[in-house]
Amino acid sequence: MTKRMNGAEALVKSLEAEDVEVIFGYPGGVALPIFDALYDSKQIRTILPRHEQGAVHMADGYARATGKAGVALVTSGPGATNTVTGIATAWMDSIPIVVMTAQVATSVIGTDAFQESDITGITLPVTKHNFLVKDARDLPEVVKEAFYIATTGRPGPVLIDIPVDVSKGELDFAYPETVSLPGYKPTFKGHAKQIKQAASMISKARKPLLYVGGGVIASGAEREIKDLAELMQIPVTTTMMGKGGFPEDHHLWIGMPGMHGAKYTNYTITETDLLIGVGVRFDDRVTGKLSSFANKAKIIHIDVDPAEIGKNKLVDVPIVGDAKQVIAALVAELRKSGAEPKTEPWMRAIDDWRTNFPLHYQHREDALMPQYVVQRINELTKDRDTVIATEVGQNQMWACQFYTIRRARSWVSSGGLGTMGYGFPAAIGAKVGRPDSLVIDIAGDGSFQMNPQELATAVVNDIPVKVVILNNGFLGMVRQWQELFYGKRYSASVLAQDCPDFVKLAEAYGALGLRATTPAELDDVLTKAFDHPGVAVVDCRVVGEECVFPMVAPGGSIDEMLGGIPGCPVSEMLDDELLEEVWE
Amino acid sequence: MQHTLSVLVENKAGVLTRVTSLFARRGFNIDSLAVGVTEDPTLSRITLVVNAADTPLEQITKQLHKLINVIKIQDLNPADSVERELVMFKINAAPEKRHEIIEIANVFRAKIIDVGRNSLTIEATGSADKIDAMEDLFRAYGIKELVRTGKIALARGSRES
Ligand SMILES: Cc1ncc(C[n+]2csc(CCOP(=O)(O)OP(=O)(O)O)c2C)c(N)n1
Repeated sequence: MTKRMNGAEALVKSLEAEDVEVIFGYPGGVALPIFDALYDSKQIRTILPRHEQGAVHMADGYARATGKAGVALVTSGPGATNTVTGIATAWMDSIPIVVMTAQVATSVIGTDAFQESDITGITLPVTKHNFLVKDARDLPEVVKEAFYIATTGRPGPVLIDIPVDVSKGELDFAYPETVSLPGYKPTFKGHAKQIKQAASMISKARKPLLYVGGGVIASGAEREIKDLAELMQIPVTTTMMGKGGFPEDHHLWIGMPGMHGAKYTNYTITETDLLIGVGVRFDDRVTGKLSSFANKAKIIHIDVDPAEIGKNKLVDVPIVGDAKQVIAALVAELRKSGAEPKTEPWMRAIDDWRTNFPLHYQHREDALMPQYVVQRINELTKDRDTVIATEVGQNQMWACQFYTIRRARSWVSSGGLGTMGYGFPAAIGAKVGRPDSLVIDIAGDGSFQMNPQELATAVVNDIPVKVVILNNGFLGMVRQWQELFYGKRYSASVLAQDCPDFVKLAEAYGALGLRATTPAELDDVLTKAFDHPGVAVVDCRVVGEECVFPMVAPGGSIDEMLGGIPGCPVSEMLDDELLEEVWE
Repeated sequence: MQHTLSVLVENKAGVLTRVTSLFARRGFNIDSLAVGVTEDPTLSRITLVVNAADTPLEQITKQLHKLINVIKIQDLNPADSVERELVMFKINAAPEKRHEIIEIANVFRAKIIDVGRNSLTIEATGSADKIDAMEDLFRAYGIKELVRTGKIALARGSRES
């Protein structure tokens, strides 16, 4: 059955057919036909952000927290260009979002018409695919393909550019049942022979290590990873993108690897004899100097994207396939062969490192330590279904180190692009998708100032997220690098702890604003914020010049870490030799 | 090392840009490029010649595969494929030199396709080597203009799958 309608109506019908329940949309001239059609949708809620960047981060946060594709809609020209940072953020982290941009009429494309921008050209390197629709009759098929491409294989952002005459053009609407994409066939099942070989290596390994990344979250393979780890008693390290892929309160979880990973985690990587990478990309923030990363190990690499395998590090057993299916097959193979764990001595060694080189900071009673704030958030929320979003910088690293993520899709943080200003709008998107969860953005004062306008979105639409600002008065991570590597010359990294007054800012938007300056008052303030039915912002005035430790110097080997040694001042850790290496 | 890539793509607007920008983004220079529709009008074939070491080329081939509109990629081995280029030379040819130039053209089985008062335009097809050799010889007379299509190539019949 087909029905006559215009392009905009067909677009909305198509989105409804894709089960879209919310669109983060910001209108403008050539987008109006689409917004007009949305006005009639009973299924789709339209949320107006206060900036298009916010719209895309919201769609992204929604996707990370729910596993469904997030959707944003903006106008042409500046509306479209404002989405680029959001799209690039989703691209780097393989997050399924569909961004629709309105475009000037096909008759004037290429003439520098008012609010024209070549958004398919601009986003070519940061989308999995993009479409410029030239004919209203193509819209249903394009939407179907866009969602299919965004959510299958290695997920990613897809952009649809829709000229205004296409929105107004007429068509007979019928939503296609299948897609026809001859050049797109993601591999799901791993190669059986390869899986057998991996199983045999795992059954023999004495010092194996599972290195788990965002691919595990994307594929929903956390159950399978747990099965494998427990069956063979293999310790698990989860990257920042993989947080939640394995419960962090499990005794086999051994922390996050890399630049700000714990010493015991990085030592484990250095000593392992079999590294099993699942949905990871051997990113430089994880590996440090590549040549010394896991260089005693044979490597098994499981990923749905063949281009990731062997990209940075040569591997012994490559397995292209969906993590969930491949790990399930591996577990079945190991069970069938009656393999037994041999890792008891290995786990004992790791536990020793864990005891001797724990994550560490110097607590103070007279002042608020940022790590302590995160620890208290962790303690106060551990019995609640909580989603943690973060901004970028020290706040993000302390959240990684001191918050215990127990479930998949409860961690929302910009990894690959490291986008300041991401966390707050992403938290709003997460809360929209998971209204029953407590959603907290752990923020820096710098990052929060990149998208604070979304307070209006949260308050007006009653999306009660919580923001806890670790307000150190600095662009903290930049300041840290300047302290360590630039002789404390704080060039352009000094903010002002009391400007803006975040409590008043929150109040100006009609949110609850609270402040904590000492450990003694912290629990009360946090509890008040978390129990408040509406949006709350907590300004935590933390110690200004604290560093995230341990730290692998940029380009250094991950087993050579700065800091994290109780009682050792930073100046003594930084010898000339190390500084020379940094500059190499 | 020189590689000839034969890339089968969907015949849609913008696909060539997607393919070539992938090379540009990774810092590869494309030495030659030819594109045209195939026996199936919904498909085009892009023939690319690039100079790249094997490892970076493998990575770029994998990235090419990820483009939604790319259907098949072959790295053609010169021993197992036939390759041709088309070239047109416009050569300085005063009447007294015409004869000599035509002789050379005949040796290479090239065709005279235009005669001017002081020039000859010659069309030839062949391997890059053959065309380079002709160019060398014609240079003595003065080449006014030259245009090459870029290499096109197909795997030999015995290699059909
Ligand atoms: C959009 C953007 N601009 C610049 C940077 C570089 N950068 C990384 S961390 C950082 C400082 C972050 O400061 P703040 O948000 O206050 O967090 P803190 O490190 O103090 O916790 C900067 C400027 C970035 N990651 N993103």
